[in-house]
Amino acid sequence: MTRSLELRARVVSLVLFAVFLLVWHLAVSGGGSGQKMTPEYAKLMGISATQGKSAMPGPLDVGATLWKHIKDPFYVRGTNDVGLGLQLGHSMLRVAMGYFLAMAVAIPLGFLIGMSPLMSRALDPFIQVLKPISPLAWMPLALYTIKDSGMSAIFVIFICSIWPMLINTAFGVANVRKEWINVARTLEVGTFRKAFTVILPAAAPTIVTGMRISVGIAWLVIVAAEMLVGGTGIGYFVWNEWNNLSITNVIVAIIVIGLVGMLLDQMLARFGRLVTFPE
Amino acid sequence: MSMFNDPFNGSKGACTCGKHTTQSEHDVASAAEARKVAQSCEEQQLERVVQSAVMRALFPNDLARRNFLKAVGGATAAAAIAQVFPVGLASEVLAAGGPPEKKNLKVGFIPITCATPIIMAHPMGFYAKQGLDVEVVKTAGWAVIRDKTLNKEYDAAHMLSPMPLAMSLGLGSTAVPFTVPAIENVNGQAITLAMIHKDKRDPKQWKGFKFAIPFDYSMHNYLLRYYLAEHGLNPDTDVQLRSIPPPEMVANLRAGNIDGFLAPDNVCQRAIFDGVGFNHILSKEIWDGHPCCAFAASREFVTQAPNSYGALLRSIIEAAAFASKPENRKQIAEAIAPANYLNAPVTVLEQVLTGTYADGLGNVKQDPNRVTFDPFPWESFAVWMLTQMKRWGQLKGDVDYQGIAREVFLQTDAVRLMKEAGLTPPTATTKTFSVMGKTFDPAKPAEYLASFPIKSG
Repeated sequence: MTRSLELRARVVSLVLFAVFLLVWHLAVSGGGSGQKMTPEYAKLMGISATQGKSAMPGPLDVGATLWKHIKDPFYVRGTNDVGLGLQLGHSMLRVAMGYFLAMAVAIPLGFLIGMSPLMSRALDPFIQVLKPISPLAWMPLALYTIKDSGMSAIFVIFICSIWPMLINTAFGVANVRKEWINVARTLEVGTFRKAFTVILPAAAPTIVTGMRISVGIAWLVIVAAEMLVGGTGIGYFVWNEWNNLSITNVIVAIIVIGLVGMLLDQMLARFGRLVTFPE
Repeated sequence: MSMFNDPFNGSKGACTCGKHTTQSEHDVASAAEARKVAQSCEEQQLERVVQSAVMRALFPNDLARRNFLKAVGGATAAAAIAQVFPVGLASEVLAAGGPPEKKNLKVGFIPITCATPIIMAHPMGFYAKQGLDVEVVKTAGWAVIRDKTLNKEYDAAHMLSPMPLAMSLGLGSTAVPFTVPAIENVNGQAITLAMIHKDKRDPKQWKGFKFAIPFDYSMHNYLLRYYLAEHGLNPDTDVQLRSIPPPEMVANLRAGNIDGFLAPDNVCQRAIFDGVGFNHILSKEIWDGHPCCAFAASREFVTQAPNSYGALLRSIIEAAAFASKPENRKQIAEAIAPANYLNAPVTVLEQVLTGTYADGLGNVKQDPNRVTFDPFPWESFAVWMLTQMKRWGQLKGDVDYQGIAREVFLQTDAVRLMKEAGLTPPTATTKTFSVMGKTFDPAKPAEYLASFPIKSG
């Protein structure tokens, strides 16, 4: 039964996708006749003005462009023109650095907050104020103080991915079942040992959920951050193609960003299943 | 007064130069002088060139100069001038003989045709010719290019020409002394309106319009405000001016977020190319020969790496000299079109650079001076920009117009390098020009400012 449900879901997904592509194709293929113009004037004008063609590409154009990028992902034709694969690599590297930095800060701090009611209350106002700030609002400040655009992008990733991990860690740690803590206490386990052998395994699923939320946010933010600072990365690619008004390439980038985001999320979901335990 | 003569020798005689008692003595002496100059080390020679330029600027009349020198003495004059003008610095910068301190340089640019000399110097080998390995880096917006240059991620950058003035004055950022050793382009901007405003060609009908400008400290801002104010609209209250990076303007015009823009090319032509807008006027119809973008470097870079700076500036000026010839423009359009540089269709760039363009209303127009390239950083340009900053409330209090202009716009370097590149540098340091028929006298900025009925504050 479950297998056939799975199968049916897949079929419905495919049908929906096909319908979407068809509607998209039909929606953009209709074109007007364009303005009347003399031939020498027409030579100076773009295709959307001369043939009344919609500026929106169809699924076939996007597919062709996507294939072109997949065939040759790692070319370097100068500082400002490198392949999509390399751009993705730059973005992933930035995300990874910001994310691991955030993890290194958030998880110990989350433990502290979760284990100490005093620190929890003392730090709460700061967390509440800092958490809702859009990470991009930090960008001008980061550029000004760090004085390096690459580091600023990493800082922005750091600051946006720290909160879900911090809050989830604190929550997970604070909500470890009292019985287990009490058992540890009766066995006179030291604080560090208690933290690593009792609390960490118990809170791990919650912590990983926080990490999963964070990686999603980090991937969301990197695109915006790179559009701002430019230089390299998938966000820069989107900006550069927007600059050229090439909607086709922008759509290709959107698809790729979505796929990579999904991949990152799945990786952490799998990791989450590894640390979950039956109660 | 020849370039290599000692400008501080004031004695006057009967020969052509006025230094000797007879013509024959003059001939003998000048031959000896020429030999001496040729043999003397390059730095001294350069210092003399700079001193000459300064003296000539201060005393355009040879007789007045000689009288002045006679009265105070050559050494005193040299010392006095060194106080107001950093001759040592300028000469050091021009001493291009040495190898560059730093060979790998980063220069930032915004993808618009104003940056043509900076960009084309890369694919066409002008940087390599000077022994430099320059990376030209595309940047997302003016604020970012400013911050990256302040951060020293870039050694030099393409900026809007009022930006180095604003940065030196600490407007919109911390005050860091910046310099403009060369202007990149003159003209080359336009007012583009959305197609729906086809019939509203009189600016008086533009009340309530939303206009985009590239940056607050831009010629575009000042020219658009000037144009609107001359037509009786107050740019602060009657219209809305938004600062939008050039590459995003066409998308915004298409979306109807803005009614028009005064923007750099290729953005204007791109809007026409895509059938989104039409050309209302070219910026040269507001002020023919106005500067737009500048090649800018921090004073720190100029003093700490004078050879690199000199080599970089020489590449830019040579590139500008090459670009100033109309017959080279097609070739340049092809060189700067790829994704690594402007990432724009060649047809659009050709229309901008050759000046044979579609106006968006069905006509093909021709104007070879739509954009041109003249690197000379006139001080009077800076003075005009400062008057407009003051006029629109960006700059408060008393302004030392000439002083700031001289600090930021480095003319001496341009003079010499333009000569080397086969251009004719002007001999004066200021010039008067007229904006929409109104003459600007750089000597009287305050009076000029007072003459406008519409201004902020």
